[in-house]
Amino acid sequence: MKLDDLIISPSRWLRPEGPQSDIVLSTRVRLARNVAGRPFLSRLKPDEQRDLEDNLRTSIFAALPHENLGWFEIDELSEVDRRCLIERHLISRELAAGQGPRGVAIDASQHIAIMANEEDHLRLQVILSGLQLDEAWREADAIDNHLGKYITFTFSPKLGYLTACPTNVGTGMRASIMLHLPALVLTRQIEKVFRAVARMRLAVRGLYGEGTQATGDFYQISNQSSLGRSEEDVLKNLGAVIPQIIDYEKQAREVLVAESPIALDDKVYRAWGLLASARTISSEETLMLLSAVRLGIHLGRLTHVDMATINELFLLTGPGHLQKIRGAELSEAERDIARAEYIRKRLGSH
Amino acid sequence: MQCQRCNKQPATIHLTEIVQNEKHERHLCEECAREEGIAIKANINLQDILSGMVQAHETAGKEANLTCPDCGITYAEFRNQGRLGCPHDYEVFAEPLAEVLERVHGAAEHRGKWPSQVGADLANQRQMMQLRRQLQVAVEGEQYEEAARLRDLIKAKEAPGETR
Repeated sequence: MKLDDLIISPSRWLRPEGPQSDIVLSTRVRLARNVAGRPFLSRLKPDEQRDLEDNLRTSIFAALPHENLGWFEIDELSEVDRRCLIERHLISRELAAGQGPRGVAIDASQHIAIMANEEDHLRLQVILSGLQLDEAWREADAIDNHLGKYITFTFSPKLGYLTACPTNVGTGMRASIMLHLPALVLTRQIEKVFRAVARMRLAVRGLYGEGTQATGDFYQISNQSSLGRSEEDVLKNLGAVIPQIIDYEKQAREVLVAESPIALDDKVYRAWGLLASARTISSEETLMLLSAVRLGIHLGRLTHVDMATINELFLLTGPGHLQKIRGAELSEAERDIARAEYIRKRLGSH
Repeated sequence: MQCQRCNKQPATIHLTEIVQNEKHERHLCEECAREEGIAIKANINLQDILSGMVQAHETAGKEANLTCPDCGITYAEFRNQGRLGCPHDYEVFAEPLAEVLERVHGAAEHRGKWPSQVGADLANQRQMMQLRRQLQVAVEGEQYEEAARLRDLIKAKEAPGETR
């Protein structure tokens, strides 16, 4: 499998097909694992890291023969390709910026990604469209079991799976839900959500995970702790909180329609107007405007464009994908022009 | 927009307060918001916890010198980087780590999944790591006979686990 083939087709998780996909963009479950009998990554010498990577790659392909996986060696990828994989949530920034032999196995539908030699020896993730916590966990669990037949993971009966960072020890599991909450932001109630979420040992992050600001009104909510509760309990906790947030967002959307329809339409149509006519546009502004348009589509205020196109634009207007589409490296100013052109083309305006 | 409190940092926290039916908007930087007791960041930051603990501990000096005999990392290095060097560190640093785990997870014991096949136990896993380390030293020192012996030993021990 070639990387270009992957990048041409939109990720399956991005299609607005999953449950609650008007508000929940995606569900992701990742597991951190380390190989027994080896130091963690920061203490591996380069040739040990190479040896480990070879072992991991062989094991991954032997354990998962039916998943149609492709292997990508990070150091062999261009800067643009790395950015594309980050924008698709298929590799982490940490893996992209890391050192030494490291790679990722990705399946053709791009819902499975298994990183080798990231912060931990293995990071496997399953990402699905909409709210599908149980399904994502079941699949990640099964992959973990298959891998476990070929790799002995370092495990302590008391502390569970041992990880390089103590924040992941235990289950090694992080389940995250990506939510689109424009109405809660507009009605200034988002802080309330943060406070409620914090009380439940859950974390809120931006679009691209740790250390990033929430952009385009996207928020990632994930479990904070990985020790002391079973995977099922953690998922149950998340599964109880997320529908409440979805309800709050829906209520806020109803309030907007009932109490300030003109202001709402103004926001949605101005956003549309800018996207359809701008000649140069930054990635941040794009996210903000796409967010308003996405809200407008869901509320039936904007009917001549479909959700799938807008979801795709969130991805394809990222700096990595824009350069990939153009087939050239572009400066920031050039990207802003290319972005505006590409958006106009996709929205059918000139 | 500047923070209305310190007039220095950019305002990143925007609050709407309603006092006696009157709407007040406030724009603060994160630091001022925190000083006012407004909880913004729900996320637990390991570095914050680790550095906070240094001040809290009288025995911090002694802990800082704890060293893992296997990977050579000291507790002080871990505190700076936030990353452990090898699985054995969880035993060597057990005491100070117990507090870290309690703060991060609010728990001390694993209640989740076990590997489908628990291969070697921890002592065995540790021995494997030591053998690999010795192999590395032998290769670097060009002691090829010793290296070959160690390689065979590792292969024999690897049998059920590792990569086949």
